[in-house]
Amino acid sequence: MSTFLKITAVEARLFCRDRAALILSLVLPVAILVVLGAIPMLRTPDENFGGMRFIDYFVPSLLVISIAMLGLSTLPSIITTYRERGVLRRMSATPVHPAMLLGAQLVVNIAAALASALLLMGVGAIGFDIAMPRHIGGFVLTFLLGITAVFAIGLIVAATAKTTRSANGLSSVLFMVTMFLSGVYLPRFMLPDAVNRIGDFTPPGVQGLLDTWNGQAPEPLPLVVMAVVALGALALSARLFRWE
Amino acid sequence: MAIIEVDSIVKRYEDHTAVDGVSLHVEPGEIFGILGPNGAGKTTTVESIAGLRVPDEGRISVAGLDPVRQRRELRRILGVQLQESKLPERLRVAEAMELYGSFYPEPADWRELLDMLNLSAKAKTAYGKLSGGQQQRLSIALALVGRPRIAILDELTTGLDPQARRDTWDLVERVRDTGVTIVLVTHFMDEAERLCDRIAVIDSGKVVAIDTPGGLTARVDGGQRVRFRPSAPIDDAELLRLPEVTDVTHHGTQIVVSGDGELLHAVTSLLARHRIVAADLRIEQADLDDAFVALTGRSLRD
Repeated sequence: MSTFLKITAVEARLFCRDRAALILSLVLPVAILVVLGAIPMLRTPDENFGGMRFIDYFVPSLLVISIAMLGLSTLPSIITTYRERGVLRRMSATPVHPAMLLGAQLVVNIAAALASALLLMGVGAIGFDIAMPRHIGGFVLTFLLGITAVFAIGLIVAATAKTTRSANGLSSVLFMVTMFLSGVYLPRFMLPDAVNRIGDFTPPGVQGLLDTWNGQAPEPLPLVVMAVVALGALALSARLFRWE
Repeated sequence: MAIIEVDSIVKRYEDHTAVDGVSLHVEPGEIFGILGPNGAGKTTTVESIAGLRVPDEGRISVAGLDPVRQRRELRRILGVQLQESKLPERLRVAEAMELYGSFYPEPADWRELLDMLNLSAKAKTAYGKLSGGQQQRLSIALALVGRPRIAILDELTTGLDPQARRDTWDLVERVRDTGVTIVLVTHFMDEAERLCDRIAVIDSGKVVAIDTPGGLTARVDGGQRVRFRPSAPIDDAELLRLPEVTDVTHHGTQIVVSGDGELLHAVTSLLARHRIVAADLRIEQADLDDAFVALTGRSLRD
């Protein structure tokens, strides 16, 4: 087994051992869906959502919860802790470059975001008859680009924060902004148009997820923005990264 | 030929010069000590040897490799135990050993290493649940898991209880017996005296002396002291007439006679001639700490 796979397997095990974080990031969106789905009014087609039910309309926002939690909070916090405790330094004293550890963390957290999305879709389909995304190619593309952009922003936090405490502070601000603009706190039909337009371009791009879920092709401009943000943030974090 | 050659390295930080022209050679198979007070530049020196820091000036060669340009090759033959490098809280001992072992082409049997370090019972324990001493021993085990030719151990027994320290010293000697060259950073005199073949004394970024522990203590004047309480008064002048005696001082009822050669024999013979009994007789020899004070003008013990 290659070194990278070994490190990734170990990091995955460590991820699963943190029960609280595991449950929070994987189960929280599902729990919210179940609670909302239990309210009959939210299961009734509504003019506000073009004849959709609220829960259909809200599922993409629920997807954002896990993505934002993992990418903007879990990932930077683990990496800054590793730096603070000298884990990165210890690895840099071996033949293996500590960048492997960062790569492993990225893979593990992205996998967790995917698992959480699949869980949400599964429960939505079985419990509440929520359809699978209809423009599947566009959905996958939007989802992957969105995740990458969010995680790349998380990596900038991890790269630059001096302490775990300051990383957590910065993370929670980014987290709340992302959640707000993605319509998690207040459903987007209640937000002003200008705010929603900003939200369209804010990673992970919740409107693109909704559009493709409903079978429309994704709007190209937000996709381009996601790609640019992802690449730019990755390059910047690679440049700024402090190993100790 | 020396396995580690450090030639006049200088490392400056913004506000001070941590290492100021350090040169030293380490021979294959020896335990080489780097001794000095906190902040003397010991850690910066060994981290430069390990390629973890890049000196501003000077040259380093480790087993013929440049620690900066041939980082990767060097790391395969070098094991480092760093100060203040922890592991993830939830990583278990056996997992850490297995993972770190896999980084090297020919790793040691990590179960054997854990045995040697009395950690076998903790193989399934998470790092965060280990005591400070156990974490320290795991850190040593990780430094050795790649079967290094050279091991750098930085403050190896800090935080260990006395028994664990002695066990660790035994371990270091056993590792050396397998042919590993060891660079030991310490601020403990007894550790340096017990383990090291040669010691570099570093103070304020400079090498003050490099010698064997015996060689360092021999540099100190007044190699021996005889301390006793005489049963009757004795004339200092008579003691000072003995060729072996260089100095006589009084501490309350005690007399301390410094000198060299057959000092004890000369003093007790004189006392016998005067029918004086020496109570609480003790012989003290200059130790590494005296040598350190003589070399640097201050004690490590404070």
